[in-house]
Amino acid sequence: MTDTAAGTSPRTASDRGIEVRLDGLTRVFGSFKALDGLDLTLAPGELVALLGPSGCGKTTALRIVAGLDDASSGRVLVGGDDVGGVSANKRDMGMVFQAYSLFPHMTARANVEFGLKLRKVGAGKRRERAMEMLELVGLESFSERYAHQLSGGQQQRVALARALAFEPRVLLLDEPLSALDAKVRAQLREEIRRVQLDVGTTTLFVTHDQEEALSMADRVGVMRAGSLEQIATPHELYTAPATQFVAEFVGLSNRVRAEVSGGRAQVAGSRLPLLDGSVSDGSGTALVRPESVMVSTDGEPNGEVTSSSFLGAISRVTVRLDAGPTVVSQVPRTLAPVVRTGDRVTVRLDEAAVLVVAD
Amino acid sequence: MSHRSTVPRRIGPSLGLVPFLLYAGIFLVVPTVVVFVSAFRGDPATGGFTLDAFRRLGAAPILSITRDTLVLSFATALVGAVVGGGVAYVVSTASPTGVLRRFVTSICGVLAQFGGVALAFAFIATVGNTGVVTQLLGLSDTRWLFSLKGLMLVYTYFQVPLMVIVFLPALDGIRPQWREAADTLGASTWAYWRHVGFPLLAPAFLGSALLLFANAFATYATARALVNQGSPLLSLKIGDSLGNEIGLARGNLAASLAVEMVLIVALVMTGYVLLQRRTSRWLR
Amino acid sequence: MSATTRARQQRLTRWAVLLVVGGLFALPLVSMFAYSVRITPQNRSAFNSWKAIVANDQLRHAIVTSLELAGLTVLGMLLLLVPTMIWIRIRLPWAVRLVEFLCLLPLTIPAIVLVVGLDNVMSWVNYLVTTGPLALTFVYIVLVLPYCYRALDAGLAAIDVKTLSEAARSLGASWTTVVLRVIVPNITSALLSASFLAVAVVLGEFTIASLFFYDNLQVVIALIGLENSNVSVATSLAALIFGVLLLVTISFVGGRRPRQEVES
Repeated sequence: MTDTAAGTSPRTASDRGIEVRLDGLTRVFGSFKALDGLDLTLAPGELVALLGPSGCGKTTALRIVAGLDDASSGRVLVGGDDVGGVSANKRDMGMVFQAYSLFPHMTARANVEFGLKLRKVGAGKRRERAMEMLELVGLESFSERYAHQLSGGQQQRVALARALAFEPRVLLLDEPLSALDAKVRAQLREEIRRVQLDVGTTTLFVTHDQEEALSMADRVGVMRAGSLEQIATPHELYTAPATQFVAEFVGLSNRVRAEVSGGRAQVAGSRLPLLDGSVSDGSGTALVRPESVMVSTDGEPNGEVTSSSFLGAISRVTVRLDAGPTVVSQVPRTLAPVVRTGDRVTVRLDEAAVLVVAD
Repeated sequence: MSHRSTVPRRIGPSLGLVPFLLYAGIFLVVPTVVVFVSAFRGDPATGGFTLDAFRRLGAAPILSITRDTLVLSFATALVGAVVGGGVAYVVSTASPTGVLRRFVTSICGVLAQFGGVALAFAFIATVGNTGVVTQLLGLSDTRWLFSLKGLMLVYTYFQVPLMVIVFLPALDGIRPQWREAADTLGASTWAYWRHVGFPLLAPAFLGSALLLFANAFATYATARALVNQGSPLLSLKIGDSLGNEIGLARGNLAASLAVEMVLIVALVMTGYVLLQRRTSRWLR
Repeated sequence: MSATTRARQQRLTRWAVLLVVGGLFALPLVSMFAYSVRITPQNRSAFNSWKAIVANDQLRHAIVTSLELAGLTVLGMLLLLVPTMIWIRIRLPWAVRLVEFLCLLPLTIPAIVLVVGLDNVMSWVNYLVTTGPLALTFVYIVLVLPYCYRALDAGLAAIDVKTLSEAARSLGASWTTVVLRVIVPNITSALLSASFLAVAVVLGEFTIASLFFYDNLQVVIALIGLENSNVSVATSLAALIFGVLLLVTISFVGGRRPRQEVES
């Protein structure tokens, strides 16, 4: 199952992936608990993103998997084998760092070849494989360039090629796009996902950018203060957040007073279904998505527009309801009426389940 | 705005540079030019230019002085580079803001400047005739301190700290990501140093060693304070020759020796600058 | 080898190396102290040689001379370098390379070489200004250029001189105001660094002073050493301790300011 001589055994897309399991990982720094019993299983070939604010422990977890740091307790199992005693350079994992990881004195090709060279692959085969990988990331004509001659985005693509060249069992990505500017980030996101699907390697991806996590991953694990708040598909995470933290970290949320009774929540004039984890009775705060807030000029007005922004494809309107709370509506332009500050409008909530949390 | 970086059209602003240029011109450029011109000057009575003074450079006594100076500089640069490099490496692995690092760099800053007379006396007090260590260990013959061997030991005292100061920035430029990337790619410690660490640091190491060489080569005060008689080093010979010739021809030999020194130092410093450029491209 | 094992190994090696090398380097310093308080026919009581630093006329004069030289050199260096470096950054960007080259040139032209060519220039200085040891100031300013240039350069690079001066000018400030009240207050740590470095260099200078037959601190230490090495050793140690205090002050002054700015 685990093959140390890279490039010599024929592998098909299906058997390239391997299961990775994090079992009760804990990491303590003095009195600070960076990781608190993290349990996570990555299916073969799956891309799982660990999403969370800085300090939540996501990078710590990644580094422990890589072997660059040791867990205080818990295990990391790759294909069923405990890799705890295996040093980083023998774990057969490819890793892409946030920035500056290309060896500056080597060309892009030499960088990509490095892992193969260490595994004693012959010069001819090395070169062939390196060019293959550079082609995969679209940089075959940049093979003789040095790091300082490449843009940030290009460097990360080379780093990706380098990490995958020796066909590692696992791919680890430590915020690879955080140091790049927005436009490059968006392009590279798709590129990385495309390559990962092509190669089929089990991948663990760490980021603080929810857009990245949601668009790239098969499943996203939201972390906070060392443990996993929720792990689910992007869609599930967004539409059915398990905790208040997840609801507010992933996407925007309106916080509106709600009264819960009979399995439903009374929020701003609408009766909405409840998500698991909500308060079952009494009053609380409902977390309502801005795209569920419908603003129209028909019907009985129940609020006044306090600000209105036209963002091209999206229209964002802030309404202060007569009942008191202020809500933000963010819907596609085609579904929104054109309103101005001061206009009286009708606000209605879409029939979507909401999470109601205790005050 | 962009045409400001090309040849200036108005003289006005350039006038602000005049005081500095004038000062550097008078006290730095002029003496250097005088040195070069004097070296070529012939008998003041007849005028004209000659290479006479340079011929003496190739003659036995001066040739061996030059050789000894080169050997001394090379040896102390080598020892300084290796020991200093080791200390610098060890310091670079410590916390960058920690007390240890700041303490060591401060001490090295002082010791690197601790040259001249004071240093000579430090060693006289240690291994001189009545030195503390001499008496402790009951050493009998301490004359070696005042010979080339002694100078080698004494020079090392400021060469090692100088190496630490000059080489440390390069070590700081080694990003931890490179070690970690090498790790994940499968490199052992040896493989990392062989393929990544040493190649990256080689230019900086060599450049720093060259700086140490130039530093030792140009040293005068320390040598003068230790070597009371004779002039076994180039710098000392220059100092000696200053008093030897009379009248306007004074310093002819001194001048040619000085030219020889400047050329060697300039050559070494050029190597240093070129290597620095390579280093800064990789390690910044 | 796990990550924590490697860290531990590094720490052990670190302490081992530093203790060995540190010990070797501390030896001469300790010896200096032991030597200077040793009782000899010339040194009748333990701290005699230390007292001689102020008691011995020749030495005291030399100390004063060197301190005066240091002060004048610092003044001259600041007056020469600060306005020039600010000016070229604001108005003459093409000159930055030239000034840098001239300032680093003394590193390539050893003091001993400079002496050979300084004869005429010094004669003029003696004729126009003074024949005393303070005439050395002019040369010393050149000697300290490389170190002071680097310190000032680092300070100026940390602030955007051009933008600051343009902003001040647009608010109506004169050039003097720009330099004295806008730029200088922002580079005080660099100014102090440069000044301390200059003092350290001047106090340690021997070559030029001795070859022009002036009696500065180092020359007199050497002179006295021929007869009474205890005093010379004591003075050398005192000078070293003074240098340590200077450089430690630099590192504290240099380190504090940026942190303050970041925190605010």
